[in-house]
Amino acid sequence: MGVIGTALIVGLILVAIFAPMLEPYSFKEQNIELMNAPPSASHLLGTDEYGRDLLSRVIRGARISFVVGVLSVMISVLIGVVIGSIAGFYGGAIDLVLTTIADLTWSMPAILIALLLVAVIGAGLESVVVAIGLSYWAQYARLVRGQILSLKAAVYIEATKSMGASDFIILFKHLLPNSMSPVIVAATVGVGNAIVLEATLGFLGMGAQPPTPSWGAMMSSGTAYLFISPWVIIFPGLAMMLTVLGFNLFGDALIEIMDVKNKESN
Amino acid sequence: MWTYILRRTLLLIPIFFIISVVVFSLIHMVPGDPIDSLLGPGSTAADKVELTKAYGLDKSLPVQYLVWLKKFLTGDMGQSIIEKQPVVDMILYNMPFTINLGLAALVISFFLGIFLGIISAAFKNTFIDHISMIFALLGVTVPAFWLGLILMLIFSVMLGWFPVSGSGTLQSLILPAVTVGLGGAGLIARITRVSMLEMFNKQFILLLYAKGLSKKVITIKHIFRNALMPVITIFGLRLGWILGGAVTIEIVFSRPGIGNMLLSALYRRDYPVVQASLIFLTMAVIIGAFIADIMYAYADPRVRDAYK
Repeated sequence: MGVIGTALIVGLILVAIFAPMLEPYSFKEQNIELMNAPPSASHLLGTDEYGRDLLSRVIRGARISFVVGVLSVMISVLIGVVIGSIAGFYGGAIDLVLTTIADLTWSMPAILIALLLVAVIGAGLESVVVAIGLSYWAQYARLVRGQILSLKAAVYIEATKSMGASDFIILFKHLLPNSMSPVIVAATVGVGNAIVLEATLGFLGMGAQPPTPSWGAMMSSGTAYLFISPWVIIFPGLAMMLTVLGFNLFGDALIEIMDVKNKESN
Repeated sequence: MWTYILRRTLLLIPIFFIISVVVFSLIHMVPGDPIDSLLGPGSTAADKVELTKAYGLDKSLPVQYLVWLKKFLTGDMGQSIIEKQPVVDMILYNMPFTINLGLAALVISFFLGIFLGIISAAFKNTFIDHISMIFALLGVTVPAFWLGLILMLIFSVMLGWFPVSGSGTLQSLILPAVTVGLGGAGLIARITRVSMLEMFNKQFILLLYAKGLSKKVITIKHIFRNALMPVITIFGLRLGWILGGAVTIEIVFSRPGIGNMLLSALYRRDYPVVQASLIFLTMAVIIGAFIADIMYAYADPRVRDAYK
């Protein structure tokens, strides 16, 4: 399973990097004579309502999805690590306030937070990245806080402290590096979730705006032609499903490799 | 038990304030002026000032918040700027559709999820286990709106079994509910399976075998009941997830509902409606988590007794 997951992710990354070389046509080239054409030998996945080659657009969409997914997870992890380590390390009232905020954010459906944030900062790819990043940080904060709390009591930390290490050294050199494995696992699955959220926002018309070939935006404009040219919906969705499946399988495999669960209970 | 319920209930009050302040301030940071969209062509600057005043948008933000809060607590959620009707009426009209969809999806995800989880745990590492876990994984990974569109394509367009859109009839509820429910079923199946398998290895289960109880009794009465605990926890979280799913699925199937209302209000910058529906959805999520906590406390004698 892990092998399939790795293969899917590597495939996605390669497609994202070499998108311009892999596209059989230009992703924005319109062809009025070939509107909503079904899949054929010259257009393997068919064309959309402007006669643009769907395969080229799906390939270009992989690049957008991957970049959005990775960047937004980086934002989430960064916020989560900062808030989680402050809460876990200092405890007390700071912990209570930060944990309450994180718990509240975490219990909200990400799509609601992201929708509201996109409404505030405006549509477009950059704001989508920020909105998704701000929607998913809480799970990382909770993870990091839990890890730091359990590690803080460890004997080697006490030893480090007695040797006169500063808070900064203890936190960044000892506690954080040792709390990273569950964060890495969560972030892997998180990239998949972020890609779906980006597509959902795009589908609702609040994400990347046409003519950006984001999978969600493609499907959004495709819904109007669902009965005429269902392939415009089917193929970007399949690409997205395989991507998310890849990140999930890879995450599952990582859990086994890193044995996160055992580490947590020990 | 009652002390516990009371304490958890009181905790809902500060949460409500935090949420309402956050939602209120965020909404007022949204660029674009709703008053502009109200003014007809040829209106003067004086008209704008007057209208801004009429909606109370000229006062400072904290004042606006307090005015709004006072009204909100007395059941007045304001007027929709676009629809020109009380927001309460709009919420009351749309709420049943979302509740129906949510409940149906919840039932589907729990029954299907628990069923799949139990059979794959009982037949661990067999063909049945693999099939149901692949199904569960697909449920988790397939984006809800895409699944909705595909189901619509298959069952409405190709087979003609269900209407493409609409609401009110049971027929029109099935596809949206299945769409939202399948995703939830995947996660619940995975959690049920894992927690059942963990139970199989517990020492008290070994003891029950030693006592001579049959495998059936042990599986149903002891393993399943204990394995249900994480599933209950998920229940609360799923409620938020289902409401989040409902937002997109209502758009896919063009169903009325809170999600549909929220989105069209967002497009048109109808602040009062966005605000009220967001607070409504958020509080529903919080109350869902609250109910799950109470259920958990009730089901777990250790928590129940701690507050006797």
